[in-house]
Amino acid sequence: MLTTQQDRLMGEINELVEVHGHDRSALIPILQDIQSRYHAISDFTMQVVADRLEIHPVEVFGVVTFYSFLNEKHHGHFVIRVCRTISCDMAGKDAVAQQLRSDLGIDFGETTSDGRFTLEWANCIGMCDQGPAMLVNDHVLTHVTPERVHDILAACEKTFGPHTPQSDEEHTL
Amino acid sequence: MKDTNACADDTCRAPVSQRTQVVDAPGTSATVKLKIDDHELNIPMGTTILEAARELGIHIPTLCHHDDLCVAGVCRVCLVEVEGQNTLQASCAYPITQPITVKTHTRKVRQARRHIIDLLLSKHYGECYSCFRNNNCELQSLAKEYGVDFFRFGHPEKPLYEVDRSSYSVVRDMNKCVLCRRCIRTCIDLQEVGVLEAAGRSDGTTISTYLDKPLGEVVCINCGQCINRCPTGALRAKDRTDDVWAAIDNPEKHVVIQTAPSPRAGIGEEFNQEPGTPMTWKMNTALKRCGFDKVFDTNFTADLTIIEEGTELILRLYKNLVQSDSSQPLPQFTSCSPGWVKYIEHFYPEYLPHVSTCKSPQQMFGALIKTWYARMNNIDPANIVSVALMPCSAKKFECNRPEMRDSGYKDVDNGLTTRELAQMIREAGIDLPEMPKSDFDNPFGTATGSGVIFGSTGGVMEAALRSVIEFVTGKKVENFYDHANIIPVRGFEGCRYAELQIPDEVGPVPELIQHLVPNWDWLKGATLKVGIAHGTANAKKVMENIKAGGKFSECHFIEFMACPGGCLGGGGQPIPTSPEIRAARARAIYAEDAAYGDAGKARKSHENPAVLRLYSEFLTNGPCGHKSHHLLHTHYTARGKYIG
Repeated sequence: MLTTQQDRLMGEINELVEVHGHDRSALIPILQDIQSRYHAISDFTMQVVADRLEIHPVEVFGVVTFYSFLNEKHHGHFVIRVCRTISCDMAGKDAVAQQLRSDLGIDFGETTSDGRFTLEWANCIGMCDQGPAMLVNDHVLTHVTPERVHDILAACEKTFGPHTPQSDEEHTL
Repeated sequence: MKDTNACADDTCRAPVSQRTQVVDAPGTSATVKLKIDDHELNIPMGTTILEAARELGIHIPTLCHHDDLCVAGVCRVCLVEVEGQNTLQASCAYPITQPITVKTHTRKVRQARRHIIDLLLSKHYGECYSCFRNNNCELQSLAKEYGVDFFRFGHPEKPLYEVDRSSYSVVRDMNKCVLCRRCIRTCIDLQEVGVLEAAGRSDGTTISTYLDKPLGEVVCINCGQCINRCPTGALRAKDRTDDVWAAIDNPEKHVVIQTAPSPRAGIGEEFNQEPGTPMTWKMNTALKRCGFDKVFDTNFTADLTIIEEGTELILRLYKNLVQSDSSQPLPQFTSCSPGWVKYIEHFYPEYLPHVSTCKSPQQMFGALIKTWYARMNNIDPANIVSVALMPCSAKKFECNRPEMRDSGYKDVDNGLTTRELAQMIREAGIDLPEMPKSDFDNPFGTATGSGVIFGSTGGVMEAALRSVIEFVTGKKVENFYDHANIIPVRGFEGCRYAELQIPDEVGPVPELIQHLVPNWDWLKGATLKVGIAHGTANAKKVMENIKAGGKFSECHFIEFMACPGGCLGGGGQPIPTSPEIRAARARAIYAEDAAYGDAGKARKSHENPAVLRLYSEFLTNGPCGHKSHHLLHTHYTARGKYIG
């Protein structure tokens, strides 16, 4: 990582610490903000956050590995989490999952090479009466059918054009 | 009831509301009625069921609970039945705040405990007979206690994790880990180093270093406190006994061992003696019978350290107070504890100029054995194998530091812990408590009481003060402190601060350091301020106090020890450890110091005849002179806490 990138990241973390506070209870809000901005929480980030909150890097690491929505490894711009629990399974999640696999060309647990999409399994998201259900980032989608998958992905692509502020260098963070 | 709970103070990470508290608010009844099995009694509010049961002598098995650490309640082995509650409760984490009836060994309780032990064993890979904790393993004892005769939930057939041998001091074998989190609470709460933490979740949980890096690459200070508190063999010190046996068995090698004061106070525990049974003279005989050619007393270089470090302190005071030269700033920090040295290198590298440049007694001895001793006895230093018996796992790292080769060879070849030596003694078929007594070998045979007390927190300070007071006043310490026992610096309080008044009358400058300071006039009527901290969590408090310009920043000299209780609570000492065991070892150490006085032997470092001989024959340009700088002093590496 270039020094300028490190400096910028440190500046952003300092701002987040100003917003959320220096207390150890500010850790998760800070990590969530970093996750949504960078789609990953890098080694460098964990050490800087630990330093600012006066805790140990290994404690930040423990939190990042504990929560499914915080990730060390780089995630796509859109993280699609398909519910795999029993109601959604019976409502036909397998067909939806297969459609996602073939449309994106990746398996669950993987990220597309352009860094746009990540596919993941999720456990119950509380939409048992409206399955199959899935999450696209924070949005809950219910009654998903293989036919709708194409539209959903197209809608995502639309908001992820060449002019979005997301730049390639941030993917490496 | 005694509060042994570390959670009560502010070292605990848990929010205040979640800590175990003894409720003592005005207007509330201070005691509460408890019925436990057949006993009925009143106990203070907030006492846990486990504490109450222990007070009554009722045995409740525990695993994750440790007297030095805050409550975790994760292993569930200590379950009991509380009347009116649907589920069984963990007795270690159940503070009693209203009258309750507890049953500790009903069928339901026994079955649940047995199942929990079976579950722990289903993830515990390891064959007891190849484990260093065989016969001293809490999991093994529990399995025996609950009559485990088959693996209800299976047993791992193959190791899942690679054993981490990257550190010079600590070996981590996660195959044996039962996730009790004692090491985490030790590393983060007790020591505030922060190397280990639980990573992942549910059945994927592991105890991990930062990014699962090898232990040798993270900020581990090698204190080994986690080893002393691990209930199984998941953490252990790197065993060097094979190398030492190989050297003993090689007739061409001249194998010498130096023994620190703390192992003598602790090794008896490995041979079923009460904690605090001194073994000094018996151990000498045992070491000879094991095959060591010479047995030396590290106290000799402890005394030497006092002269060197005391002289350095006087020089620093003179430079700062008289010459206004702050290149070597005050307060001066001690450098005997290798755990502390690595701690400050990682966490406060900007304060490294404060650390005394003196090597630790172990390394001073190493440098002298392969130079002075070799020359005196016409032995080729290349054929000397220098072994150090230490209560410490960090000493294994220290002797491998690249800067510790000033004799032209590796100054100390191998560091052994108290536990490893006990193993060697057993292997040689020696029953230590039955050994006849024998003395240390010359030329380093004579030590003083000051050297002995290095093993306890406050000991280095007391030893240094005994010498500095006599140097400056020209009078006996006994004139100021009864029996030369400087009580203000003793005790087990985590951070201590003391002031000593230097009288208006000062003596002449002793011959040994006459070339360094002209007179003592500048110290007339001065107040010498000293500080003591043991356990790196307390060291951190003192360092933060210094940073903030608090009272410790005005100190002249501060003693830091990485381990709770000082060396006697070191990471190489017999397992288990508790505040009571450490207090017993401290009593043994102070009794040995007093015995020096009763026997009419020297109790002050500067009276050690062997040290004086060393200065007249070998280190001829005196303390902190050219030659001593080459052999007895060192430098430090600013490591920082960022993990690359």
